[in-house]
Amino acid sequence: MKVTIDEDKCCGAGSCVLLAPEVFDQREDDGIVILLDAEPGEDRHAVVREAAAVCPGAAIAVSE
Amino acid sequence: MTHADMCRPAPGERGVTTPGSVLIVGASAAGLSTAEALRRQGYEGRLTLLDAEPHLPYDRPPLSKQVLAGAWEPARAQLRGQAQLEALNAAFVRGEPAVAFDAAAREVHTSTGRAMRADAVVIATGLTPCRLPCQESRNGQNREDGQSGRDGQSGQSGRNGPAGVHVLRGLDDALTLRAHLTAARRLVVVGEGVLGGEVAATARGMGLDVTLAGLGSGILAGQLGEQVSALLTRTHAERGVVLRLGVAVAELTGADGRVTGVRLATGELLPADAVVVAIGSRPATGWLEGSGLALGDGVECDARCRAAEGVYAVGDVASWEHEGLGRRLRLENRTNATEQAQVVAANVLGADRAYTPIPYFWTDQYDIKIQAHGLLSAAAEVSIVEGGVEGGVEGDAEQRRFAAIYREGGQVTGVLGWNMPKQARLLRQQHLVTRPLASA
Repeated sequence: MKVTIDEDKCCGAGSCVLLAPEVFDQREDDGIVILLDAEPGEDRHAVVREAAAVCPGAAIAVSE
Repeated sequence: MTHADMCRPAPGERGVTTPGSVLIVGASAAGLSTAEALRRQGYEGRLTLLDAEPHLPYDRPPLSKQVLAGAWEPARAQLRGQAQLEALNAAFVRGEPAVAFDAAAREVHTSTGRAMRADAVVIATGLTPCRLPCQESRNGQNREDGQSGRDGQSGQSGRNGPAGVHVLRGLDDALTLRAHLTAARRLVVVGEGVLGGEVAATARGMGLDVTLAGLGSGILAGQLGEQVSALLTRTHAERGVVLRLGVAVAELTGADGRVTGVRLATGELLPADAVVVAIGSRPATGWLEGSGLALGDGVECDARCRAAEGVYAVGDVASWEHEGLGRRLRLENRTNATEQAQVVAANVLGADRAYTPIPYFWTDQYDIKIQAHGLLSAAAEVSIVEGGVEGGVEGDAEQRRFAAIYREGGQVTGVLGWNMPKQARLLRQQHLVTRPLASA
């Protein structure tokens, strides 16, 4: 699994961090998403897919 | 338990009720998210999305900001790429509004006379913008009425009285407004909510003279409370927006069929060559009249987002019993569309999940990013817990960053970030929990 983010679309909601704090974080100054792990292990695939699905900015893309 | 756990059916929970076909009416954020969640949760049956608009599913929050400003091409606001949509293995029926529904038969009738039946129907038709009474009377018809066949699903929300008067809900609305604003000089925004504030901020960025008129005491006063609203209102004034708050609009003035101004109840005339009416929205339920569903403030659902046997509602149009808050709720925000979709999809597939989210919205105006988690009642006591607002509302609001906690009766009901998105999210995790997770 490969995760990509589009910072320009990120609204700083932090939904992804609430779901998968091992994979996503937010910048201190403006809350924009930080990708901690672009190729998360299989045990995190489901939750990362959900993070991509619920992102209110449609800023997270997942490719297999 | 994480949100992810909450939204995935537990082993053995999915039973014999898995439908053979699902029809989703409305293919915007809530409808599309429901479709995606169904597939992700293992649904392999027939899946159809019906939408009034011809466009590929797009996101609405950028319409009043990046799209209106011209910073994004319209395609950038698309929710998913072509490949992702194809991977859904769903039939998209576009440009064909639903006009009637029979809940008992789970049969949707469309504008072309077609009848579409499914084992489960998910209603995701969103909102229709409200219009000023003077707009309605000039048109001689109420566009909210589903008989128009467009009913809030359309990309362009219908006529608005004299030319130059706009509402903003769909992509076509945004593009029409943008085209007008690039040629206009004086804009009057009617409405002091999220949309009114964002449009005013974007239009100032485009160099227009902007006046904002609204019934409320301050911009977002109803959503953020007096203290933070005062800061935001002052920011607009500093950015050159002329404010007329706490006053009603009496009429739109026009000449040769074009708008020339907005007359307030005080008698004052605000000259305008463009007007945006952003006075709120109504659930787009006109097409559901006579369907057998309970329609109050939206489609009335139980705590599981179920409106009738095999019929669900999701997103802006859905009113449901929030078991954590112990009352009926309908949320008009982007996050709700996708979060509720996860629960609706699980319930369509036979789960029995109560939907108990922490409400959340954000708004970006000028360089300010406001994040609001929970319920930020105007009656709440507000304390600043991070950053500073020394001197009350004095000082440069745009350089300011703070996070605040809202309390009612000693209980934390909401948290807010002003240019502090991460800190607001951390406060949410610290102070706000969904209840009862046990039912999930």
